[in-house]
Amino acid sequence: MKKIIKYVIIDILRNKIVLAYTAFLLLISISIFNLEDNSAKGLLSLLNIILIIVPLVSLLFPAIYVYNSSEFLELLVSQPLKRKTIWLSLFSGLAASMAFAFFVGAGIPILLFEATPTGFMMLGTGILLSVIFTSLAMLAAVKARDKAKGIGVVILLWLYFSVIFDGLILFLLFQFADYPLEKLMVGATAFNPIDLSRILILLKMDVSALMGYTGAIFKDFFGTQLGLIISFLVLVTWVLIPTWLSLRKFKHKDL
Amino acid sequence: MKKLITISIFLFFGTAVFAKTIHVDKQQNVKTIQQALLLAVDGDTVLVSAGYYHEQNIVINKSICLIGINHPVLDGDNKYEIISIKADGVVVDGFKIINSGVSSIEDYAGVKVYNSRYAVIRNNILDKTFFGVYIQFGFDCLIENNTINAYNKVEQESGNGIHCWKSDSLRILGNTITGHRDGIYFEFVKNSIIWRNVAEDNLRYGLHFMFSNDDAYICNVFKNNGAGVAVMFSKGLKMIHNYFEENWGDAAFGLLLKEISDGYIENNVFEKNTAGIFMEGASRIHMEKNVFKRNGWAMKIQASCMDVNVHNNNFESNTFDVGTNGNLVLNNFTNNYWDKYEGYDLNKDKLGDVPFRPVSMYAMIIEQNPPAMILFRSLMSTLLDKTEKVLPSLTPENLKDDHPLMKPMVL
Repeated sequence: MKKIIKYVIIDILRNKIVLAYTAFLLLISISIFNLEDNSAKGLLSLLNIILIIVPLVSLLFPAIYVYNSSEFLELLVSQPLKRKTIWLSLFSGLAASMAFAFFVGAGIPILLFEATPTGFMMLGTGILLSVIFTSLAMLAAVKARDKAKGIGVVILLWLYFSVIFDGLILFLLFQFADYPLEKLMVGATAFNPIDLSRILILLKMDVSALMGYTGAIFKDFFGTQLGLIISFLVLVTWVLIPTWLSLRKFKHKDL
Repeated sequence: MKKLITISIFLFFGTAVFAKTIHVDKQQNVKTIQQALLLAVDGDTVLVSAGYYHEQNIVINKSICLIGINHPVLDGDNKYEIISIKADGVVVDGFKIINSGVSSIEDYAGVKVYNSRYAVIRNNILDKTFFGVYIQFGFDCLIENNTINAYNKVEQESGNGIHCWKSDSLRILGNTITGHRDGIYFEFVKNSIIWRNVAEDNLRYGLHFMFSNDDAYICNVFKNNGAGVAVMFSKGLKMIHNYFEENWGDAAFGLLLKEISDGYIENNVFEKNTAGIFMEGASRIHMEKNVFKRNGWAMKIQASCMDVNVHNNNFESNTFDVGTNGNLVLNNFTNNYWDKYEGYDLNKDKLGDVPFRPVSMYAMIIEQNPPAMILFRSLMSTLLDKTEKVLPSLTPENLKDDHPLMKPMVL
């Protein structure tokens, strides 16, 4: 297993796209922290990167990578190796490189310029989001045989999680404005890792605003130790379930 | 003329000669304060040595100075009002006053002034009193350097730290008040000044004005109260150099202005409040040189306000700068610094060339539908804000700063 992971990581490094992604993140985060006169605004720009760019790249790159290494996968399958080992190694290699790229690109500037609770929360959620969307991308890649279809699905997934889901929530909020929806909303965030990460960061960043009105309900849930643990468990579940589903599919897939 | 001088000299010495000092000490003749009060006449001084005194209700109805040495303890045994002042010119200085009675019918207090002038209440420590210092029909009274603590949990069972009712020309200086219902409460009090007090961790408001006109509060700190300062149904108030900090919660504000007119708000700092200032029915308010930092909403200004002038203030790192509830805007914002301003300054006059609209689309959405807060800072809400900036539809057209500052004021 270690050997395959090592091979995958070396291959990804040789590919240079992830290196470019790392350099891009590094450039943007450093310029954000240097250009903005107050660090609160810098964090806000960084938040947008974490919530938009990280999921997009973590979806697209692994999906394309899985498609392009189909011959390599076929070769591995012909060897006396368990399919489970092959798939999990591939996942670990991809997830590790995406997470590491985020850590170097955005994490190091955060640690340098903004080593506050908000910064640490961003770092943690950013790494988790990288892993979550890698596992989603692999699920999409294993489900759709056609490359164009697979990548299309991945792009739609990104659109769904970053825009459409929120649009639906907003629509529901206005349609059912007369009902107490606060508790339901807390539950709804579990279905979108981007929303969940965003709220966890907001709780550190906009705590004053969240103390008012319904914000207090979110604060009461997410702000407590228990809420924090539950949220992180939910995020981890978002890694485990797609990985498990894709593994099940891969085990019986006719390559 | 000579006669007049001689007479006045005689008068002066006369009082000096006849005023005496009575010592209250457990080891000496006069053992209790009650005893001393019977012996005293107007103008006398009663010195009380350190010790523990259970004297029930001490009623002072002569103009005397009651002075404690090393903070003698006056204990109300949770039953009595401790000191009642019913004469003019009484001084109460240097006591530790604890455990007053608690009643829902009578307002028991640590020190209560009834219908008197020139009372001075100074350097006392009040601990676990129902009301701390209570002034009723007072005139020209001084409440200075007292420390007033209570440990209440519910509003209904607690009184106010300094409670003033129907009074005139009070001076409230340098007191520290914690754990009461309201730190300082003013009702029908005029021409008074509140200076350099600290009100912290009180259950309701740090400072509460009702129907009190022409007062000023200056250089006070209001921190972590239920809500910072509530100013209601009053006019002609001056609010200068105060700190409003960490007033957090649903319906919590740094400063609440309700039905206020002719107010003057200058050089205050509002930091980390859920809403820095909440205004309802306020008119002719002048606000300048205030700093709003890291609040949820820097200002919530309801459509019922008019002629509120907001200029030369700094708005920095607030989640929302201004919130409102309607499209009617009769207020005026100019020359403020907004850190969210994205305009430019071509002619280099340090003023932005395009107006800044401090009310964001999403602030209006949250005003209408509070649970929408859960989508704040998502791509969706950012898109909505951007489109609103290009084509304003939901946000009030006239709520704008035509000439925002490019750089923050140095305050």
